[in-house]
Amino acid sequence: MEKRVTFRGWLLPMLLIAPQVVISAVFFFYPAGQAIWQSLFIPDPFGLSSQYVGLGNFEYLLGDRFYRASFVTTAVFSILVTLCSMIPALFLAVMADRLIKGSGVYRTMLIWPYAVAPAIAGVLWLFMFNTRVGVVSWYLGTLGYDWNHVLNGGEAMGLVVVASSWGRISYNFLFFFAALQAVPRSVIEAAAIDGARFWRRFWTIVLPLLSPTTFFLLVVNVVYAFFETFGVIHTITSGGPQQSTTILVYKVFSDGFVGQDLGSSSAQSVILLFVVGVLTIVQFKFVEKRVHY
Amino acid sequence: MKKSIFGALAVSTMLSPVAAMAETEVQFWHAFTGRLGELVKAQVEDFNASQSEYTVVESHKGNYSETLNAGIAAFRAGEQPHILMVFEVGTATMMAAAGAVRPVFEVMAQSGATFDPDAYIGSVKGYYTSTNGDMLSLPFNSSTPVLWVNRDAMAAAGVDPDTDLSTWQNVGAALDALKAGGEECPLVTAWQSWIHLENLSAYHDVPFASKDNGFAGLDTEMMLNGEAQVAHLAAMGQWAKDGKFIYTGRRNEGGANFRAGDCALFTESSAGYAGIKSEAKFDFDVRPLPYWEGVGNSPQNTIIGGASLWVMEGHEEAEYKGVGEFLSFLSSSDVQAQWHQDTGYLPITTAAGEATRASGFYDANPGTDVAVIQMTTNEPTANSKGLRLGSFDQIRGIIDEELEGIWSGDKTAQEAMDSAKERGDALLRRFEAANR
Amino acid sequence: MAFFKTGDTHGMVEKRGAGLWLTHVVMILGVLVIFFPIWLAFVASTVTQPEIVRPPMPLWPGDQFLENYSKALFSGVNVPVTTMLFNSLVMAIGIAVGKIVISLLSAFAIVYFRFPGKILFFWMIFLTLMLPVEVRIVPTYEVVAGFGMLNSYGGLIMPLIASATATFLFRQFFLTIPDELAEAARVDGASPMQFFWDIVVPMSRTNVAALFVILFIYGWNQYLWPLLITTDPEMNTIVMGIRQMFPSGDDVAEWPVIMATSILAMIPPVIVVVSMQRLFIRGLVDSEK
Repeated sequence: MEKRVTFRGWLLPMLLIAPQVVISAVFFFYPAGQAIWQSLFIPDPFGLSSQYVGLGNFEYLLGDRFYRASFVTTAVFSILVTLCSMIPALFLAVMADRLIKGSGVYRTMLIWPYAVAPAIAGVLWLFMFNTRVGVVSWYLGTLGYDWNHVLNGGEAMGLVVVASSWGRISYNFLFFFAALQAVPRSVIEAAAIDGARFWRRFWTIVLPLLSPTTFFLLVVNVVYAFFETFGVIHTITSGGPQQSTTILVYKVFSDGFVGQDLGSSSAQSVILLFVVGVLTIVQFKFVEKRVHY
Repeated sequence: MKKSIFGALAVSTMLSPVAAMAETEVQFWHAFTGRLGELVKAQVEDFNASQSEYTVVESHKGNYSETLNAGIAAFRAGEQPHILMVFEVGTATMMAAAGAVRPVFEVMAQSGATFDPDAYIGSVKGYYTSTNGDMLSLPFNSSTPVLWVNRDAMAAAGVDPDTDLSTWQNVGAALDALKAGGEECPLVTAWQSWIHLENLSAYHDVPFASKDNGFAGLDTEMMLNGEAQVAHLAAMGQWAKDGKFIYTGRRNEGGANFRAGDCALFTESSAGYAGIKSEAKFDFDVRPLPYWEGVGNSPQNTIIGGASLWVMEGHEEAEYKGVGEFLSFLSSSDVQAQWHQDTGYLPITTAAGEATRASGFYDANPGTDVAVIQMTTNEPTANSKGLRLGSFDQIRGIIDEELEGIWSGDKTAQEAMDSAKERGDALLRRFEAANR
Repeated sequence: MAFFKTGDTHGMVEKRGAGLWLTHVVMILGVLVIFFPIWLAFVASTVTQPEIVRPPMPLWPGDQFLENYSKALFSGVNVPVTTMLFNSLVMAIGIAVGKIVISLLSAFAIVYFRFPGKILFFWMIFLTLMLPVEVRIVPTYEVVAGFGMLNSYGGLIMPLIASATATFLFRQFFLTIPDELAEAARVDGASPMQFFWDIVVPMSRTNVAALFVILFIYGWNQYLWPLLITTDPEMNTIVMGIRQMFPSGDDVAEWPVIMATSILAMIPPVIVVVSMQRLFIRGLVDSEK
C-alpha cells in the first residue's frame, strides 16, 4: 500500500501530519489511557480518592449475569438495526434509480431523517408510541392492538430498533443511490427489460456490483448501532423493560453517568475498546482489499 | 460573559452592568426548566434586586441526573458552581464527598446570615440532616406522594366519587367496582419505586434498608424484600394482571394518561398539582396516600422526593457569605409560602405553612394541604426519616426493572424483591469501596 | 457547482406503463412512512397543548404556527433558540472544516512521503477510529477543562476532531490518484505543496463535499459532549437545548414549543444535506471508483 512516486524530505510531512497527531494525542490517547488506567481502580465520583483493585472491576463485570446478557442484547440490537436500516434503503434506492422524473423530490424527502439527531429521533418516536397517549399507539388501540412497550420487551426492542434505524435509512439510501448511479448504464438497461426479469437481473448482476458499498455500510451501521444509539435508548426505554434493551454502550453511560461508578464504567470502556478493535481490523482488512480491485 | 441578544432582551430587574461587576458572583446550577425554571429565575432576580453586594447567576444544567453529573465533572475540573441542586437520591453521593461539599449549617454559621435549624419542618429537613442533627443541604423543592382521584371517571363507572380511599383495602374494592363499571384504567402510578416501595416502607414504619435506611453507615443492606413490601407488590401485581393497575413507565408517564382523563386513580407526587390543574378537564380530588390497615404502624408519615441545594467547596470566603445570604433568603417565610403556593411543593419551614394557611390558600385550593398534613402529623422514625443509599439512582433503576418483572407476570413479588436486594447490595458494596 | 450529474445516462431505463406507476406508488408509500414522524412533529408544532395531550392528536396542521414558533424562537430555555442555532452552526462547521483540513494534510503526508516514524504515526491515527467520545468522556472533559476550554468553541470542536475517519477516506482516495500526475509534477519541478494545491485538492473536491455533509451532521447532532462542557447558557447548542426543554420531575412538557424547536433544529442540516446532495452523491460515486 505505498505509492511508487513519493516526494523527498521529512520536515514537510512531519509538519503536515503534526496537527492531527497533536490533536489525537491530547484529545484521544491521553484520555483513552486515563480510561484504561481508571479501570484498575474504584474511584469516588469527585476524584478525591480511589482504591486500587487490579482487575477487580473486570471480575465484577464478567461475573454479573446482566452484563453478560447485554452482549447478547447488543448483538440482537445491532443486527436488527443494520438489517432494518439497510434493506429498506436498498429497496428505495433501487426504486429511485429507476426513475428520472420525480426522483429528486422523493430523494429530498427521504433524506430528511438523516438530519435529525438521534437524541431528537428518540423524542419523536416516543411521542408517537407513548402508551395510549401517543398517536400511533392510540390508533393501534382502536384497531384492538394494545401497544405497551413499557412492559413488553419485544415491543420495546422493536421501537428502539425502528427509532435507531430511521435516520440511518436515509444515510444508507444516499450511499446505495450513489452506488447505483455508478453502475454502468448497459447493465441497468439490460436489467430493465421488464418487471419480472428486472429483479432476477438485480440479484444476479446489480447486487454483486454493489457489494463493496454494501459491505462498507454493513460495518459502518454495526458501529453506529454499537455506539451512537444510546441517546435513543436513553430517551425511549432507559434500557427497560427489565433489561431487554440494555446494550453495552448504554450500560457504560448509565454506570458512569447515572451510577457515578467510574471504575466499572472505565472497565466497560476497555472491553468495548477491544470489541471495536476487532471490528476495526475487519473494516480495515476489507477496505485494503477493495483498493486492489 | 459574552454580550448577546439575550443581554439586550435581558429582564429589566437586572441591575446596571457597572454595578453588577463590583458585586460578588454566586453560581447556582439547577435542574428546572419551563414554568418551574421561570419561578427559580424570578426568585434569583428578587434576591439580586433585594441587595447590592452579591449577584446570583442561575443556570439550568439539564435534568436532575445531568445537573448532578455536570456538578461532579465541574468539580473534578475545578470549575464547580457555588450552589448545586441535587435530587434526593444523590444525597448519599454528596454526603460521602466530604472534601467537595461544605455542609449548609457550616456555611450559615460562617456567613452570619440568620439561620434557625428548628424553623424547618422535621420530616422535610430530616432527609438532608446528619445523624447528629446538622443540616447538610437546604431542602429546595420537596413533595410527597398522594392519591389523585378523577371524580368524573369514578362517577362514570358507577362508583361514588366520595368513597373512602384512605386504605389500600378500600382502594382494592374501588378498583373492583371501577373495573366492573367499565373503566379501562382504574389505577395508574408515577415513580413506582419512590411511591410503592420507598414511601410504602416509611408509611408503614418498616425498614427499606438496614442501618436506619443507610443514615447510620455505608455498610447498609437493602431490606425491601420484607413482608409488608412483598404483600403490597403482590397485590399490585394481581391488579396489574386483572387490568386494574395499568403500568405506563418508570417516570411520570402515567401523568399524561391521568391528565388526559384516561384513568380514575393516580398515585403521584403532590407536585403534580400545577400540571393536573392546567390540563385536566374533569373534576379531581387530592387524597392522602392509602395505607394497608393493620400493617406496621401505618399511617406513619411519608417521605419526600425532590431536590436540595448543596454548597460546593473551593471558593473564596466572601462568596460563601453571599451563598449564606441567598440560602437565608430562600428560607424566608414569604419566599417559601409563595413557592409552596405556586408549585405545590411542600413549604420547608413551619412558618411558611402557617402563613399559607392564614392567607386562605388551602380553602381556595382544596387538597393542596393534604401533603403537608401527611408529612407532619407524626414525628419521623428511623424508618421514615428518609433514605441515604449510595448509587441510589442506579438502584432505583434495578428496582424498576424488577417491578416490571412483577407487572408483566414474569416474576412473583418475592422473587423480584429478593433479586432487587441482591443486585442493590452489590452496588452498595461498590459504593462503600469507593468511599472508604 | 458545475458537477451536477444528471440522470441522462439512465434515460433508456425508464419504461412506460404499469412498472413506472408501480415504482411511483412504492416511492410515495416509502416517503409517507419515512416522512411521517417529521410531519407529525410539524403538526404538533402548529396546534395547542390540549389538542396534543388529549388523544388522538390531529394529523393536519392547526393555526398556532406563529404563536408556537415565536415562543420557541424568542424565549427558549435559558437562551433564545437563535443563539443555540448559532452555536450549533459554529460547532458543526468547525468540526467539518477542521477535520477536513487536518485530514487532507495528514493523508497527503502519509501517502506522498516517506519519513521516519511514518508507520507509527499511521497506526496512531488509525487507532483513533476505535473509541467514540462518549466512552472516554470523563478524562476528555478533564483535559479540556485543564486547557481552560470549557464554554468555548474550541472545547466543543477539538475533541470531536480527534478521530481518523476522514484521514482514512482521504488516504484511500489519494491512493487512487494516478502516479503519472505526481511524476509529471515532479518532472516540472513543482513543489509538493504546489502539487497538493493544484492537483490533489481540486481532485478531492467531491470527496470533500461528501465528507463535509457527513461531518456537519455529526457535529450538529452531538448531545452529551456539549451538555457536559457548556456551563454558560450562552454556549448551549440546539440539540441539548431541546432535550433540556423536557422538565425534571413532575412538570408538564410543553409539546408544541418543543416540537417547533425540533423543526427549527432540523432546518440547517436539511439545507446542508439537500443543497449538497448532488455533490455528495458524486463524491460517494467517486470514492467508489
